[in-house]
Amino acid sequence: MFYRESGEYKTDYKRDMTLYALPISRFSVGLMVLLFFVAAPLLLGEYQLTLLSLVAIAVVGALGLNILVGYAGQLSIGHAAFMSVGAYTAANLVTKLDMPFLLTLPAGGLMAAAIGLVVGIPSLRIKGIYLAIATLAAQFIIEWIINHSPSISGGVQASIEIDRPTILGWKLDQAVELYMFLVTIAAIAIVCTQNLIRSRIGRAFIAIRDQDIAAEIIGISVFKYKLYAFGISSFYAGVTGVLYTYYLGIASYEQFTLVVSIDYLAMIIIGGLGSILGSVLGAFFITLLPIGIRLFMENVGSLFLEPEALASIISQMRLIVFGSLIIIFLIMEPEGLNRLWINIRNYFRVWPFSY
Amino acid sequence: MGDLPFAIELAGQGVANGLMYSLVALGFVLIYKATDAINFAQGEFVMIAGIVIAALASDAYGFPLWLALFAGLVFMVLFNIGLERVVLRPLIGRPIVSIIMATIGLAAILRGFGPMVFGSAPRGLELPIPDSPVIFGPFFFSPIQLVGAGVSILFLLGFGWFFLKTRKGVAMRAVADSHQVSSAMGINVEKYFALAWVMAGVVAMLGGVLWGSMSGVDTQLALVGLKVFPVVILGGLDSIIGVIVGGIIIGLVEALASGFIDPYVGGGTKDFAPYVLMIIMLMIRPYGLFGRKLIERI
Repeated sequence: MFYRESGEYKTDYKRDMTLYALPISRFSVGLMVLLFFVAAPLLLGEYQLTLLSLVAIAVVGALGLNILVGYAGQLSIGHAAFMSVGAYTAANLVTKLDMPFLLTLPAGGLMAAAIGLVVGIPSLRIKGIYLAIATLAAQFIIEWIINHSPSISGGVQASIEIDRPTILGWKLDQAVELYMFLVTIAAIAIVCTQNLIRSRIGRAFIAIRDQDIAAEIIGISVFKYKLYAFGISSFYAGVTGVLYTYYLGIASYEQFTLVVSIDYLAMIIIGGLGSILGSVLGAFFITLLPIGIRLFMENVGSLFLEPEALASIISQMRLIVFGSLIIIFLIMEPEGLNRLWINIRNYFRVWPFSY
Repeated sequence: MGDLPFAIELAGQGVANGLMYSLVALGFVLIYKATDAINFAQGEFVMIAGIVIAALASDAYGFPLWLALFAGLVFMVLFNIGLERVVLRPLIGRPIVSIIMATIGLAAILRGFGPMVFGSAPRGLELPIPDSPVIFGPFFFSPIQLVGAGVSILFLLGFGWFFLKTRKGVAMRAVADSHQVSSAMGINVEKYFALAWVMAGVVAMLGGVLWGSMSGVDTQLALVGLKVFPVVILGGLDSIIGVIVGGIIIGLVEALASGFIDPYVGGGTKDFAPYVLMIIMLMIRPYGLFGRKLIERI
């Protein structure tokens, strides 16, 4: 907080290109690692760890969607469909071929990426609203195909039960173990995204987002990079789907409906489009929001409502708060929680000499 | 499968339903035409109008039907004026994703708000229309479908006339073409934005009454909105003729697909086939049958 950035000179290329260039950012990364890898498992109970596991899964999905929507500027309303592709790929590989978790995780991601590439093909011809509607169609079509092919969906209720993941003989059946694993995956996803964005690919994404025709004129192959964006984003989505499946112990298409796609869009809108910290904050916010509303309603609402009425009010409350938050953020703070954080940070960076 | 009479009967049903989809999709097109905004909440507009009218006409409130309909109309008009003023106007000029997300958020609010205020139990909406089917040669309609198709055609033609012939309609088309130029020519752009949303609300109210009396009123009514996208993509996002043609095609495809393919795959084709058709259309002719092709500049 009382740290000054002046006096940090980059004297060689290596220092210029490091991921965390400033001592303060290395310090805060270290702090985050301590907080989530050491303090959280030691201090938190099983319930809180389950919640944090859900957040960690959502972080991966939100990062994927943010690469596509926030960085490459291609609006997608079908993110959950790619998750379902990953989920069912992993579930089928486990139940039919008895593959280990370390293989099914990338396999689910790659399968989703392949489907994502197919869905991304129209993005060369159509953009904006048309692309949004095309991805909406992809959501319905993928959902329908999975639901109507017993060889994929396992027939009964379109769901497949699977066991908890095992890594090299170590079975993750405690909440703490699962949490540690999921948070590691989320951390890997964050670092990968940070590196992706500052690479040639990431810069091409941003150029396409800002002006795709201009990007093409300066020599970026728009089609290639749009496909990359769809492929990478779907890979993240596929991994998210696999993680959800292992977390819940069941692959079910009900976990990946249109509503989930919209939840993820809300995460990156509220968190901040085109921002990694924003994806993480948004994932926290949207995942914990229903729990917050439930706690609030159970404690405050029970004072003047019957218990039976409360249950239905909570789900309706959730929808109303969720929708209102999206609209309020869009109008008041279109750059999301990320911008709020930057404002706070900038205020303290020059404090107490604000002028 | 040479089952021609069956196919003809399905086709008749499909056309009648399709015209009622056109009516719902018309609201979407009106908004897109005038304000360039994409409304993902059109189905929820239909739902909230249906819920309000059905609740007011039910025993709990005991309004006579005409008064409930009138109250529903007033509600939708006021609601959409407020909506345009509070939510959409601050978002003018923002990227498409913002407006889409705002209407998605709005859809979530309406889905929560309707059941919360008026109760979540499904209600019927009784219109004074007989139940006995009407038979035209090989076709076989329920009267409500005929009334629905008739009302739809009436309103579609009415809006077509409005856009082509009246002063307000011409102004609205000018606003759609360019906000800046029409503003410079002395057109109150914001007034026409509000007018477009109000017209969409009125159309949604009609849709809510028609679909509500056919299938009952609860939050499921909002699913009608999902048919809007195939209809408008097929016909073209900014074309009123396109909405009619697109609606009829989607209605036909839906009826025929669910009649002939459902027995083989076990249901659900009704919601699936229109989207497949839409994807094909997006690949071949993204701006639709009657839509205007956009030319881009840097």
